[in-house]
Amino acid sequence: MSVRLKTGGRLIDRSQPRSFRFNGRVLRGYKGDTLASALLASGQTLLGRSFKYHRPRGLVGSGVEEPNGLVALGTGDQLEPNQRTTTTELREGMELRSQNHWPSLGFDIGALNSLAPRLFPAGFYYKTFTWPRSFWKHVYEPIIRRSAGLGPAPDAEARDPDSYEHFHAFVDVLVIGGGLAGLEAARVAGASGARVLLIEQTAHWGGRAAKDEQIVNGSPVDNLVEEIRAELSAMGNVQCRSRTMGVGVYDHGLVLAVENLAENASINDAARQRLWKIRAGQVIVATGALERPLSFAGNDVPGVMLASAIRDYLIDFGVSPGDRTVVVTNNDSAYRTAIALKTHGLDVPAILDARAGGGGALAQEARALGIRVEAGRGIARVLGGRAVRGVAICAQAGEGVVQEEIACDAVAMSGGWSPVVHLWSHCGGKLRWDDAAAAFGPDVDKAPLGADGAPFVSAAGTANGVWGLGAVLADSARVGAEVAARLRREGAAPRSVEIDAPEEAPMEPVWLMPQGAGPKLRAKAFLDFQNDVKVSDVQLAAQEGFASVEHAKRYTTLGMATDQGKLSNINGLAILSDALGQPIPQTGTTTFRPPYAPLTLGVIAGEAHGSLFQPVRETPMQAWHEARGAYCEPVGQWRRPYCYPVGEESHEDAVRREVRAVREGVGMLDASTLGKILVQGPDAGRFLDMLYTGRISTLAIGKCRYGLMCSENGFLMDDGVVARLGPESFLVHTTTGGADHIHAHMEDWLQTEWWDWQVYTANLTEQYAQIVVAGPKARDVLEALGGMDVSEARLPFMTWAEGALGGFDARVFRISFSGELSFEIAVPAGQGQALWDAILKAGADHAITPYGTEALHVLRAERGFIMIGDETDGTVIPQDLGLDWAIARKKDDYIGKRAQARAHMVDPERWTLVGLQTIDGTVLPDGAYAVDAGENENGQRNVQGRVTSSYFSPTLGRGIALGLVRRGPERMGEVLEFPRIGGASAMARIVSPVFYDPEAEATDG
Amino acid sequence: MLILHCPHCGAEAAETDLTPGGQAHLRREGPGASDEAFEAYLFQRDNPKGVHFERWRHAYGCGKWFIAARATDTMEVFGTYPAQTSAPPRELLDRIAERRPDWRGRGEA
Repeated sequence: MSVRLKTGGRLIDRSQPRSFRFNGRVLRGYKGDTLASALLASGQTLLGRSFKYHRPRGLVGSGVEEPNGLVALGTGDQLEPNQRTTTTELREGMELRSQNHWPSLGFDIGALNSLAPRLFPAGFYYKTFTWPRSFWKHVYEPIIRRSAGLGPAPDAEARDPDSYEHFHAFVDVLVIGGGLAGLEAARVAGASGARVLLIEQTAHWGGRAAKDEQIVNGSPVDNLVEEIRAELSAMGNVQCRSRTMGVGVYDHGLVLAVENLAENASINDAARQRLWKIRAGQVIVATGALERPLSFAGNDVPGVMLASAIRDYLIDFGVSPGDRTVVVTNNDSAYRTAIALKTHGLDVPAILDARAGGGGALAQEARALGIRVEAGRGIARVLGGRAVRGVAICAQAGEGVVQEEIACDAVAMSGGWSPVVHLWSHCGGKLRWDDAAAAFGPDVDKAPLGADGAPFVSAAGTANGVWGLGAVLADSARVGAEVAARLRREGAAPRSVEIDAPEEAPMEPVWLMPQGAGPKLRAKAFLDFQNDVKVSDVQLAAQEGFASVEHAKRYTTLGMATDQGKLSNINGLAILSDALGQPIPQTGTTTFRPPYAPLTLGVIAGEAHGSLFQPVRETPMQAWHEARGAYCEPVGQWRRPYCYPVGEESHEDAVRREVRAVREGVGMLDASTLGKILVQGPDAGRFLDMLYTGRISTLAIGKCRYGLMCSENGFLMDDGVVARLGPESFLVHTTTGGADHIHAHMEDWLQTEWWDWQVYTANLTEQYAQIVVAGPKARDVLEALGGMDVSEARLPFMTWAEGALGGFDARVFRISFSGELSFEIAVPAGQGQALWDAILKAGADHAITPYGTEALHVLRAERGFIMIGDETDGTVIPQDLGLDWAIARKKDDYIGKRAQARAHMVDPERWTLVGLQTIDGTVLPDGAYAVDAGENENGQRNVQGRVTSSYFSPTLGRGIALGLVRRGPERMGEVLEFPRIGGASAMARIVSPVFYDPEAEATDG
Repeated sequence: MLILHCPHCGAEAAETDLTPGGQAHLRREGPGASDEAFEAYLFQRDNPKGVHFERWRHAYGCGKWFIAARATDTMEVFGTYPAQTSAPPRELLDRIAERRPDWRGRGEA
């Protein structure tokens, strides 16, 4: 059983104990522990269950590669599933729960899956949940939902109480990785005077070197780390950040990094994490390497760990993984684990070295310590289920005939090392296969290129496929100087070091142990521990024709777990290559994509949530609306009053009351959100003739005209009223949502097509407050305000006038979107609230009623006016809406004219605007389709039209709707069937879209 | 994420400050154009692996349109110039030819 040793642990502070809870049980650790080391120190070797077979699983690694040691961390609003115990620092009072088991961690029903692995082969999901179709919804879906996902999802109503922030940094050189390679590269580049940022994902500097107990210049390597750190702090141009992980490298030198602030925060209200958005001239990737497991039967039993992880727990945290540890390896580095265990007083019954020739100087040292070293041997299978009991050993060259069983409670395995090439690869860096190390490393001739076409990413040290401390330091100094030279600077000279390193024997690739393992052993040799992908699964995928590595990955789910194959990928590739009978480089790797490790959605969002997610635009009268109890709805970035309920009144009743007020008396609407774009210049008329389907250049000064704007595709984009202000000056009104994109549309054409035309545009939307006064009594209200002649003679329909209305500097437009007598009054935004108050007062005698957007919609629908976004959806042309009258057919050209002549656009079968009136007077469902005879090729009813707007009309006392129907206007009086969801169909008659006042008499008051 | 130099205001603009406008130097087809020519204008775009001319608007900056010559495979930027022109400047074409001797020019295979 794993246990904390009495002494040792270079990263923990034994004077500062920390308590935490795992599955409700109180456990203890120390400051400096990770959750993993604290759990291991408490004897907790079983941490969770695997995804598919629910096999018992314990820690395999000690860092970001860990596939099994995931827990649900925290409670309530702070619950986070799948937190990696190996990279989370222990804090007082943490709450951890194990995942993916039912009913308990020790006894799990799902583990029965494991007894029938033949039922869960590669591609299980693709093969099983397919037929019959009737099973999809009620049989397969519940099964998939119950078994999907590793951890518990937080409650849907939970809100993350923590805060996160974004940070922008601009540097000449970014060094990712604070091991000796990164430190040395930063030192050399920093000495050139360049701005350097060095980031390290853990809380500690120096990387793996210290754990390997190396000696440099006659003293422990820690001294060299401190020496370089001191040199870096002395440089004003170098910044170092620990607990900051580089997660993605993007085009033109953008790098994202996540800094964990909570881990060392003493202040609770500080941000928990910080997202760094770094623009770097040059990026140095010094991310080291990750150790690979070996593939033998039972390599997933809790207690089987990476040799390097065991060394980490022992040296960094003073934790023994077990009393008796068998070491199995294909390279010399694992000998360091055996030696460390032995010198810490623990038993190492045997080192099984798969290489026939055995190891180098370290093997001699191990033997000298009295450790049994067996060359050419491996593990046939691990004995034990929920914990290691022992190993059965065999010849690596054979088929797994057991030669001997050795009792032990831990296994340290090493299959060699893979450089961490993720960040090198994110932005297009290519890889080359290194036969000696049996690993992919950066191909320095195919580096990611920057905006100038020159390389901007370099790899240094082990990440560059360079092995051994002396070579790593030399390579890092070389890269640091090279990067400085790319910036036309001169880096420092390399450091002279004497390293007392034992001579190592070359590693030998071992992809399967023993190499002739039969089907039974291969079916228990795991590649991907989290997703339960075994050697036999990859072989089956190859046999079934999944020859591409990308296909085999998705078919088997190899490398698709939360560790994204950091542990498993190379082993899987090797098995696949072997099955396909081709060399590994020919198989290639799957694509490395950001992020390197999972980051929280919170840190991606940063401050952009709640009211800061998107700015809310407010009209000058917004505060009044809210004080009046308006119920608001989002329209673009605005929040417009939908209606103004009085007392306990329902929204529905409020809308009906507001509609009646406009029809029978007078209402007022805040229309300030309406887009207002000034178009001015000698060619303004000519330009607007191109922009609108109608002719604008002939509009007289003082007059208004309704216009339609189309895209070059011919589709209707926006509509509104244009007012001619002067000989060269027009005010274009757009829809509320259209102001910005229509302004952009104008600028696009003016700047990139007709740049020789003299036209200037200005988006004045927020410069003016605009209030609609509509209803039979509207003129009375304006006359009560006084100061302007608003008579029919002076201000007829579709004209505008300027004056001092009630003392306000106003522009009054006589236009109507309700069908009633209507004035729109624009004043400078600062006068908006005062004018609103004045109109309310002037209209008091007529009980003037503020109305919202829903009443506006009902009023326009009763009158048959279209609404952009309801009657249009980006596929509708003006001709579909019976708006031919607004198209100047004689014009040579306008944007969209040619497109509207295309064959499909002139097809008489197009769906065209009509009114729809239900036989029983009810309201049609918005968006409902009118069915036709027969079925389409998918077995669905054919359709012949759809509802685009549907309301209850208080004026008519019944449901009214607008819709698009095939050859609609030719079919007046026909009755169409509109199926409702889960109920009887509604029957509606095709009628004129103008339900109210077809002769347009009300507009004149 | 790209950084493009705005030739109007001189800013080195990050991609988040820009809106893309697709292939540059299209010739507008209007009424009178054949169906084929109009369809090509409306829908058919080059998709080269390599040198590409594309429209960008410095939307969250000066608001002006410009054209960038960029390698779609390496993200190398050869240059930017104001959109108020119907062809790329000569010196830019020379620079591209120097960087990409195999490049056969716009609209050619």
